[in-house]
Amino acid sequence: MGARPKVAFFEFTSCEGCQLTVVDSLQTHPELLDAVEIVRFREAMSEKGDDYLVAFVEGSISRQSDEAMLKQIRAQASLLVALGTCAHLGGVNSIRNRQDLQSVRRYVYGDKADWYETYPARPISAVVTVDAVIPGCPIDRNEFISVVTALLQGRKPVLPDSPVCVECKLKENVCVYQRGLTCLGPITRGGCDAICPTFGDGCEGCRGLIPHPNLASMKNVLAEFGMSPDEFDRKTTMYLTYQMMELEAAKNG
Amino acid sequence: MANPSFRIDVHHVTRVEGHGNIVVDVQNGVLKQCDLEIVETPRFFEAMLKGRPYAEASHISSRICGICAVGHATASLRATEKALGVEPSEQTVLLRKLNFHGEILDSHILHVYMLVAPDALGVGSVIPLAKTAPDVVLRALRMKKLAGDLCAVICGRHTHPIAMTVGGFTHFPTTAQLQELRDRLVAVRADVDATVELFQKLKLPAFERDTEFVALHKDDEYCFIDGKLASTDGGEWPVEKYREVTNEYLVPHSTAKRAKNKRQSYMVGALARFNVNYAQLHPKAKEAARALNLTPKCVNPYLNTVAQVVEIAHCVEDSIELAERLMKSGVTWRAPVQPPTLSGEGVGGCEVPRGTLIHNYVIQDGWISGANCVIPTAQNMGNLEDDMRSLVPTILNKSQSEITLDLEMLMRAYDPCISCSAHMLNVRFE
Repeated sequence: MGARPKVAFFEFTSCEGCQLTVVDSLQTHPELLDAVEIVRFREAMSEKGDDYLVAFVEGSISRQSDEAMLKQIRAQASLLVALGTCAHLGGVNSIRNRQDLQSVRRYVYGDKADWYETYPARPISAVVTVDAVIPGCPIDRNEFISVVTALLQGRKPVLPDSPVCVECKLKENVCVYQRGLTCLGPITRGGCDAICPTFGDGCEGCRGLIPHPNLASMKNVLAEFGMSPDEFDRKTTMYLTYQMMELEAAKNG
Repeated sequence: MANPSFRIDVHHVTRVEGHGNIVVDVQNGVLKQCDLEIVETPRFFEAMLKGRPYAEASHISSRICGICAVGHATASLRATEKALGVEPSEQTVLLRKLNFHGEILDSHILHVYMLVAPDALGVGSVIPLAKTAPDVVLRALRMKKLAGDLCAVICGRHTHPIAMTVGGFTHFPTTAQLQELRDRLVAVRADVDATVELFQKLKLPAFERDTEFVALHKDDEYCFIDGKLASTDGGEWPVEKYREVTNEYLVPHSTAKRAKNKRQSYMVGALARFNVNYAQLHPKAKEAARALNLTPKCVNPYLNTVAQVVEIAHCVEDSIELAERLMKSGVTWRAPVQPPTLSGEGVGGCEVPRGTLIHNYVIQDGWISGANCVIPTAQNMGNLEDDMRSLVPTILNKSQSEITLDLEMLMRAYDPCISCSAHMLNVRFE
């Protein structure tokens, strides 16, 4: 590769924690700064370049007026990467997609609700074509490095298709089910080194479903541990609302 | 330029939880308009918390902010625990305090080094510093990494915490990990001294405007978690009465709510804490304050950054003491305290890096039925706008680029998230 590729970071509806995690990745991998030229990254610099080749986009799209900006980024970038669960799957922002939008607005903004534009939160792939994804809430800093390395080498980054359970077993964790908790590890895409079960909490599914998840079997397992179908549905609404609603729509044709 | 007319119209100034604009309109030397527009997409977290099981609340609400994730989680847990009558153990309280210091350090170091230090060293951003002053950049990275590692040891990661839960923790640090942290904290004292020295050199505008400062207060410690709301205008309120202080209201040009107490606006954050809680600072932090010429009550908002440097000194010292206490008592794996009841209302208050944060939940049979969050940025917006309105008429004789720079630096001092707001204003003159 000749000149260093120009890279830009953008964010829509999000907490900006993924970009913060990018900053933290650079602490331990400063060599990346020599491999690319960052032309826009408001958390770390003030310059605003518009001639980027690669765009990293954090956050979901939750209002019409943000679509034009995202399309503009798409038109400029040769490679567009979704950074984190909000961009990848809608993230926690889509929790409200199963609620009545007008009452959501009224609950927060009262009789001024109409001042604030919004629509159901969606992943950026619902608006533009996405070339690569770095999943997670927040992203895993090692995975960020490996995905960026692959992109710089002209390879398509490969995400694991195996569930979180595989990595959890390799870490020799006691299964959180044995400790009385529930966990979406069996149906959630791995790659996070099973960080939540390792720190004593069940997987919440932030990295999205594995390909062909066996949801029926998952429900049976949860039922064995005393979880009702309603509770299962709710458990999959923290990060997976958008994905589950898509699956339901596909199933209902 | 006796009676200038100009308009400053800045699109996406800061990362006040995202995006904000500044609009300044001066006609014939008279300030006609001076607004801070918050145009971030509405987030609706309060509505999203409704209908969720109480145990999920801290995990969902930490996602409000990647920079204050531990703070949101802590305020959320305290609100839930108070609602359900859960009394955390002393070990939990100590671990939470130590974890909290990690976040304050992480955020403050990022802000003072990435936003403000370049000014002190006469450069445009932190990037050229890597070549011209590598020792400064390496120091900042070393300090920031320690802060992040501190949180990682206790709760898995700073953004977003994992092991924090209602009634305690789900994972615990080993003595060896605490020992290593403690040793690194002791070693970082030299970096704190160097940070103080760096900020002694920094020239900040002499602008002053008397205002009200609000912070959580405890008599026996420099308060970050729990405590009572206290004001420099006098008065103390239990956090349950937060609405009497925050009085939130909406303005059409902002998706962030605003707040006012005794005056038209008030300020929260490091400078407010310093002004309200100076007596409780660690002696070494008071030493740093003396070296930096910072005395309470300071009414120059530009010195909020300097107050952050003082807090860095405080948090490092207090973290060393907390780590030593935990090692002495020995950290034991304990199951979280189970709630005696599953219904109730509770208010949790914390001092996150940018100021007072309130979470208020109503829980019925284990489900959240009502939620309200008051974030520091919302409380500060009115005060920042009032500062701008007071500042602009006094600097009309300056060039527009100097006015823009003064406004930039004012925004930067408030530390609206970690944006490198350096040189982000685009002035359009008409």
